[in-house]
Amino acid sequence: MSQAAKSERLMNLVICLLVARGYVPKSRIREVVGGYGDQNDDAFERMFERDKEELREVGIPIETGSFDPLGDEEPGYRIQRHEFELPEIRLEPDEAAVVGLAARVWQHTYLSEASSNAVLKLQAVGVEADTRSLGAVEPRVGGEEPAFWPLWEAVRDRRPVVFGHRKSSTSEPMLRHLQPWSVLSWHGRWYVVGLDTDRGAARMFRMSRIVDEVRPDGPDGSYEVPAPETVREAAASLAPPERSPVLHAKIRARFGSGHGLRRRATFVSSDVTTGWDELTVPYTSNQALAEELVSHGADVVALEPTELRDAVVERLRAIVAVPA
Amino acid sequence: MSAADERPPAKRTGRKATARKTTTRKAPAGRAPTRRPDSAQAQVTRLLSMLPYLRSHPSARVSEVAALFGVSERQVVRDLQVLWFSGLPGLQMGDYIEVDMEAVEGEGIISISNADYLARPLRLHADEAVALIVALRTLAAVPGSFERGAVERAIAKLEDAAGEAAQRAASVQVQVDADAVADVAGTVRAALDSKNRLHLSYWVPARDEATERDVDPMRLVVVDGRLYLEGWCHRAESVRLFRLDRVLDVKVLDVPAEVPSQARPRDLDAGLFQPSPSDELVTFELTPPGRWVADYYPHESADELPGGGLRLRLRARDREWVRRLALRLGETGRVVEPADLAAEVTAAARAALSAYDVQ
Repeated sequence: MSQAAKSERLMNLVICLLVARGYVPKSRIREVVGGYGDQNDDAFERMFERDKEELREVGIPIETGSFDPLGDEEPGYRIQRHEFELPEIRLEPDEAAVVGLAARVWQHTYLSEASSNAVLKLQAVGVEADTRSLGAVEPRVGGEEPAFWPLWEAVRDRRPVVFGHRKSSTSEPMLRHLQPWSVLSWHGRWYVVGLDTDRGAARMFRMSRIVDEVRPDGPDGSYEVPAPETVREAAASLAPPERSPVLHAKIRARFGSGHGLRRRATFVSSDVTTGWDELTVPYTSNQALAEELVSHGADVVALEPTELRDAVVERLRAIVAVPA
Repeated sequence: MSAADERPPAKRTGRKATARKTTTRKAPAGRAPTRRPDSAQAQVTRLLSMLPYLRSHPSARVSEVAALFGVSERQVVRDLQVLWFSGLPGLQMGDYIEVDMEAVEGEGIISISNADYLARPLRLHADEAVALIVALRTLAAVPGSFERGAVERAIAKLEDAAGEAAQRAASVQVQVDADAVADVAGTVRAALDSKNRLHLSYWVPARDEATERDVDPMRLVVVDGRLYLEGWCHRAESVRLFRLDRVLDVKVLDVPAEVPSQARPRDLDAGLFQPSPSDELVTFELTPPGRWVADYYPHESADELPGGGLRLRLRARDREWVRRLALRLGETGRVVEPADLAAEVTAAARAALSAYDVQ
């Protein structure tokens, strides 16, 4: 059977169910939609099932039912026009312009296709959205992690999942059972947040640390997602903390170096005779700041507090101690 | 895409349609569908948008429709041939759709009739509505994006049209690291609108250098949640990306921007860091706490080491960048090759240590 013949059959099935008043019995469909009539019973059943499935996949709402109160009648099928059609929508030129730009935001293959298809539907009802002109502002959102798509679907369909997840510092993955609530991109990295059913509490996992496959772990729609505000709060509290700096370090930096530190410095005193500045830099963790200071080599020296100074010295010694 | 992605969706069995009860099933679970543009499913999807488009754009050109739908002109003609055989005449179910195939094949102009029952496109699918709304919200989160009002109105209208499907957009959040760079972004945006040259003081962390440069702005891009200015850099005489949180100072110059005609926006699909094959190959050995390096930087290979570490090979344009990274890593990772670079790291640490009153 040619592919064109299949497309014609699918189009005619859509038209038949859309135009008919009420449910169309299967036997009637077999008579009127070309391509079904010349099949034997089994072949027709298989073909019809597959056709319905393919149409539903692309979002065509084929309903099954019957008007017969006793349910004795063979099942019928219908497409309700108000479920099928895009409702009235009109966009002003500036709104259409941003919609055109939005179609280019997703870099993920399927979501890029989905947003382009959405814009095509709007263009079909006369919205003049230009998706090709270069915008002055061009955000790009990825989703390349292999776990991204299965988790997007799981969130969409409220499907519990199970996956192996590796904590940053160990290479041993742990099995996690999750009812996913939301996927979020934070500092350019994708996370999933949801109810960890082993721990009975909300947890957040970075997708790039999920190993192997994300597998379904229960039927679709089998749990409730808390209100959006609750999910946002959970995500915010689980995100790596952004603590406000409470400590102050005194640091010496050679002229023209340590720009990252200088930007954060609350006080700078210059000594032109030595070619060094003394900076006061607010910070949160001795270890994290020591790591940054060490990266500047001999251009930056930690002065105070002693703990910071010691942390820097310890790191430098560890490097020097390694046999070449 | 791997071979597994092309697997057809799992066939469901054992579900029987129940009489009396109305059920609407949604798309089955599985991998992200990758439909070939010539599959029947893709063709029907396209036709259901193409028909209303052709009604609202009488005498559309084949070339225009092909470009809009992202398919070849031959594919558009094949699509129209399918339409020609669609419709159910004689059964009170409409008529054959009329397509003037002579005009299509002759002048390349499309004219259709008798398709009133497919006057409007299909509703937005949940993924379509969510993808578009999340994209619009991301656009609105970019500071200096003056279309915010238009974005909010567009989102409200899409939510109305998409109904329940749009509510799922609440479960996808894309954060743009914008607050700290809002002022710089505003200045850049003003220069983009007035087409003026910018002067930047720009910090290059790989060399810990503050550089001064004149830049003719081309666009603001957001990659991995961060804002960048893309523009023609007069100092480098090429197109460069500048991370806004590394701009130390920015001024709009009273000089019109002149982006050379040969300047092309960078192809960002390959990622921001595009190491060149001529860059030096460096091997790191990372302990488990140093594994983060593999998440952050593109690399040629990453091999597991006994004890949970990694041997990472990457290409580096700049030895100073490698030295800084190696110093930062401390005992959590070290350069093993090239040997002279490893020696440079040790020498740098020794020099730094000499400033402290220790042995």
